[in-house]
Amino acid sequence: MAERAEQVITPALVAGLGAAALVAALSLGTVAVVAGAAVSPMRLGAGDWAALKFTLSQALVSAALSCALAVPVARALARRSFAGRGLLVTLLGAPFILPVIVAVLGLLAVYGRGGLVSAVLVHFGYAPLSIYGFRGVVLAHVFFNLPLATRLLLQGWQRVPAEHFRLAAQLGMTTRDINRVIERPILRAVLPGAFATIFLLCVTSFAVALTLGGGPRATTIELAIYQAFRFDFDMGRAAALALMQFAIGALAAVLAWRMAQTRAQDPQLAPEVHRWDCAGFPSRVADSLGLLLVALFLLLPLAMVLIDGLRGIALLDGRVWLALGRSVLVALASAVLTLLLALALGLAAVSRRQGAIAGGFESIGFLSIAASPMVIGTGLFIILYPLVDPASMALPVTALVNAAMSLPFALRATLPALRQAEATHGRLADSLGLGGGMRFRLLHWPFIRPAAGFATGLAAALSMGDLGVVALFADPDAATLPLYLYRLMGSYQMTAASGAALLLVAASLALFAVFDRWGRAAR
Amino acid sequence: MFRISLMAAGLALTLAGASMAAEKPVLNVYTYDSFASDWGPGPKVEKAFEAICDCDLKFTTAGDGAALLARVQLEGKRSRADVVLGLDTNLTARAAASGLFAPHGITPENLAVPGGWNDPLFLPFDWGYFAFVYDKTKLGTVPHSFRELAAAPDSLKIVIEDPRSSTPGLGLLLWVKAAYGDKAPEIWKGLAPHILTVTKGWSEAYGMFLKGEADMVLSYTTSPAYHLIAENDNSKAAAIFDEGHYMQIEVAGKMATAPHPDLADKFLKFMMSEKFQSLIPTTNWMYPAVRLKEGLPKGFAAPIPADKALILSPEQALVARDAALAEWQSALSK
Repeated sequence: MAERAEQVITPALVAGLGAAALVAALSLGTVAVVAGAAVSPMRLGAGDWAALKFTLSQALVSAALSCALAVPVARALARRSFAGRGLLVTLLGAPFILPVIVAVLGLLAVYGRGGLVSAVLVHFGYAPLSIYGFRGVVLAHVFFNLPLATRLLLQGWQRVPAEHFRLAAQLGMTTRDINRVIERPILRAVLPGAFATIFLLCVTSFAVALTLGGGPRATTIELAIYQAFRFDFDMGRAAALALMQFAIGALAAVLAWRMAQTRAQDPQLAPEVHRWDCAGFPSRVADSLGLLLVALFLLLPLAMVLIDGLRGIALLDGRVWLALGRSVLVALASAVLTLLLALALGLAAVSRRQGAIAGGFESIGFLSIAASPMVIGTGLFIILYPLVDPASMALPVTALVNAAMSLPFALRATLPALRQAEATHGRLADSLGLGGGMRFRLLHWPFIRPAAGFATGLAAALSMGDLGVVALFADPDAATLPLYLYRLMGSYQMTAASGAALLLVAASLALFAVFDRWGRAAR
Repeated sequence: MFRISLMAAGLALTLAGASMAAEKPVLNVYTYDSFASDWGPGPKVEKAFEAICDCDLKFTTAGDGAALLARVQLEGKRSRADVVLGLDTNLTARAAASGLFAPHGITPENLAVPGGWNDPLFLPFDWGYFAFVYDKTKLGTVPHSFRELAAAPDSLKIVIEDPRSSTPGLGLLLWVKAAYGDKAPEIWKGLAPHILTVTKGWSEAYGMFLKGEADMVLSYTTSPAYHLIAENDNSKAAAIFDEGHYMQIEVAGKMATAPHPDLADKFLKFMMSEKFQSLIPTTNWMYPAVRLKEGLPKGFAAPIPADKALILSPEQALVARDAALAEWQSALSK
């Protein structure tokens, strides 16, 4: 211990600082570049405060609801084992990685005015469902983020050693006791971070909020940024709005960091978790019903995307496969980069057990979630345009920016596992003089592998479906799959577009599943 | 030895060929995404122009007209663009004020754009009327004016595009303004209950309409022609409004900083030719800017009469849009 403390500058710290600098440059640096290019002063308009209010209220409600619903779902998944559980866990990741337009059309096919639910209602003489408005925004955001919250909580549960539950059973603890002694501490450790992450995701939402929000009432800060660039070409205002978004992000990150109480947990010896306390019939029914409802809520829109897409697949030609190939390459590069960044920041954070430096590394990792894709893209464009042809940078820039955007999720997933590794085995490793690569391989990696698999899969899938950042860099001759999909839609080819959407979803899900299962295979 | 020199000669020829190809000047045309896409006019235009220009035509794309202008403004005087194709007259005042465009010096002949043309910086390449498109098999009573639409039962829903992020959205804003002037807020208040939602762009709105989410969608009078010609489906129609229809005139201009000004001129001339113009109707699904020898393709409805055309001049549009946006936002935010 003493030996390590003396080593002020460790390789982990250097790598962490490098990663932090890169993320800060991409997020805050691009705002500075945009502000520097502005001719008008940085200022906000009256409508921007209304946008702030709407943004915060919808994000708070969406995040609260996503997290609240995720608790019973994650608990049910954690304490039940059934056929198809693994598949369900993988599929539950799907909504989160859907491209926005595909998700919106899928949601509308179920909950829209012409959707399944409305069709049933109309059949029985009721008025069709109306989801447009605040509830539509919240519905869509819960659809996107409930799965993410569930996965983050589930990971918390899975870090509880099976022995704890065995001991609890020997002590004759009831479900309520277990909840108090074991589960509540898990939630206190994981929920604030999950809440903050989802809150910020909803803050930067734009097309979903607008489309389901039913009109200009549903103006978010990100839409105001878009307007500043496109409608007004007022980069001063865009930069001011981007800073506002960062301020929200910073606040949420600090609050989450202060609220989260991490507690050291013992190593897991027995792989199988058996829950003697919840073998009773009522609890089994409650869990099954909850899982069924959530699965229906999340998977029905996906099923509609599938049904719709099958008609369109036949209309696609060879170009779509080239686009798919490019997207897969970008996704893989982005996934690897995300993992490297997350490990660099995470290891730097745990190498300083406590204090402001650890918090600093963690907060930096959060930065990019509050970044505006529009501002990052524009800032990079301003920097790169004098030097190179933007189109030639399309794929590398996409991979890099998507890696930065996925970093918060990756860090959220891997950091608790790293902390646990250090808390439980750190002293032993110190006493053995384990450092550097050996410490990582023997101590950290076994703990973080499931989280790393999940995070890498998420990064790959998110990168696959992203369009936002790269619009300015798009190379017309080398379209990625999402761009190809939008081109189809922009040329009246809606049926072919749904085929491309199905392909995109399938490829994203496949990438996610491969990484995720690779991670979970270790357990 | 002989074989080696033959190979060397072959290599030299190949290299010469490569360097000749490399010497071909590259004409950079910035345009919106759907123009350059595989289904748009882009690939055919490229082939036809390269056959006569001894150059390499390269498209660079931005999302739509407004994104295109923002991109050129971002690049400023350092821009490598020769020609910008795909702005519309609601954007040209801002584009002209940027000082980035040079006079085209062309007097267009045989023009089919209602109202004529005398802009020294920009030339029209196609045009159309904004309109609400509906499905004939589903919508019983079709409104024929904004007032009728406002008076229709609340169950009649339309989906429109957001003027802040979409060119058709801005078009609708100016349509209502051009037709009703100071009464525009009143019209928007009447339309509000019918507006199912507002989307980021045309694709989302049209997609939602085709999925049966809304009864009508803001698109173009030429949209039904696509369904008829490309899909053999005559169920779609555009509602013709008594107030008249706002026009979108799409234009192109030469950059003042064009690296190849002569080629840019040549391209703009080509753009006004029969060859280019005849590609427009069934690839861009708009009316060509000049009268075609063969007339419009079969299935393309004749445009509504020119006296029903509404349009604000570029200067009027620039002056009107901020106030019109504020009216729109306040009427729809209640």
